[in-house]
Amino acid sequence: MIEIRKLHKKFNGRKVLDGVNLKIPEGRTLVIIGRSGCGKSVLLKHIIGLLKPDSGGVFVDDVDITGLKEEELERVRQKIEMVFQGGALFDSLTVGENVGFRYLEHGGMEKEALDKRVSESLALVGLYYIENMMPSELSGGMKKRVAVARAICPRPRIILYDEPTTGVDPITADSINGLIRSLHDKLKVTSIVVTHDMKSAYSIADRIAMLYEGKIIAEGTPSEIQHSTDPVVQQFINGLSTGPITDMNPVAHVRTK
Amino acid sequence: MMFKDVFLKIGTKVLAMLYFFGGLAILSGQACRWVFLAPLKRGRILEQARKSGVDSLPIVALISLFIGVIFTFQIAYLMQRLGSEMYIATIVALSLVRELGPVITALIVAGRVGAAITAEIGSMQVTEQIDALETLSVSPVRYLVVPRLVALALMLPLLTLYADIIGIFGGYLICVYKLDISSTIYMKMTFESLLFKDLLTGLAKTVVFGMVIALVSCYEGFNVQGGSVGVGKATMKAVVTSFILIIATDCFFTALFYFIFP
Repeated sequence: MIEIRKLHKKFNGRKVLDGVNLKIPEGRTLVIIGRSGCGKSVLLKHIIGLLKPDSGGVFVDDVDITGLKEEELERVRQKIEMVFQGGALFDSLTVGENVGFRYLEHGGMEKEALDKRVSESLALVGLYYIENMMPSELSGGMKKRVAVARAICPRPRIILYDEPTTGVDPITADSINGLIRSLHDKLKVTSIVVTHDMKSAYSIADRIAMLYEGKIIAEGTPSEIQHSTDPVVQQFINGLSTGPITDMNPVAHVRTK
Repeated sequence: MMFKDVFLKIGTKVLAMLYFFGGLAILSGQACRWVFLAPLKRGRILEQARKSGVDSLPIVALISLFIGVIFTFQIAYLMQRLGSEMYIATIVALSLVRELGPVITALIVAGRVGAAITAEIGSMQVTEQIDALETLSVSPVRYLVVPRLVALALMLPLLTLYADIIGIFGGYLICVYKLDISSTIYMKMTFESLLFKDLLTGLAKTVVFGMVIALVSCYEGFNVQGGSVGVGKATMKAVVTSFILIIATDCFFTALFYFIFP
């Protein structure tokens, strides 16, 4: 289980996270929605220890990871994998080396077994016989799939997805949604997905939480969120250009990092 | 108001400089820790040695040959006026081995290899590959900095030795074929004047130059902000900073060796 308690983070004096509280039970999929630049990715990076909060805690299986030393953090990271927005595949390595990267660096698997695991992981995301290709030869959608394959190769218990459907065509986006759902069903992983794509959110979420001005302003099942009476939530999920979000904060569209 | 602005500017620059040296010191500490405490990945070091050393051979050869030729002409001009042409070889050999070879090679490598390191690591930073390394429990310092640091510290002395030889050969061409100094005398004057300590002090400092180039370039790469424009700025900053630090370190070592090996 992951629990986030009173998480605060400022960048250059600007509050990005202002007391975030969230609980994600084992084996469930939580989707965090919010406008671009509202701090969703920052929140995700706190969960895997890439950023340290100003105050507050991130508990993974009841261990607060915010105060851990690098070696201890590495042990926690063996349970968690992250799929980055642009894939973040290593350009100098082949697809196969990217997918098996954790085992190639840390050992723990014979070459034949690793080759098999890499092919299996690629097959799970619907890709076959591309182990020897370079990332630069792949399309955007394929890169995202390979990034997912890299994340599932070590069979983690938790996967974090940063905008998995951004920048791909609607058909690929739908297949990525299907992929996240099927990984959840097949591998029983706990997933946290950050997105502003509502179609994707409804399709994959067990629960949805909305981040707005550094706080979680709404949390519930997709149906609860759809029927929320909060005008901010309604403006966002219906994608309206006028409403409380734009009236109060006309220039909210600023990236935080 | 104007004074306030001036002080503010100076203060900001000083703070930025302290921040830079602090960051560089931390990176150096982390890199040294990994060099000594963890087994080195030989394949990755050899790959970097090829990129920084072997691939730099043609440009180092070309520049050193030109430097040897130009320097010999300039020295010849003075020596002919003094009627001491036979010392041209001595001056060329000593200057090249003690000073010109090491510094010119370091500057070439800083421009060619250092810029490539910053651009590569900077692009990795922008595309979140550095974050990805961390999430996969791989230290970016161990994975990216250590092989480059070790490769450059080993390759720069070898490249310098190569530059020294080519530079002296440039001088030989001018002296023998243009100034009518006999080949035997040129070789005799060259090797008789060179002491082991000249070669040693010349090569020893290039180990430090290599480390400076690797650390500065990696540091600037890790600190890229703001997409491709940021990568460009960081690359320029890495090359300029490496140049300044190479010359400053050279000044320090020249003074040090002057007193240690008088």
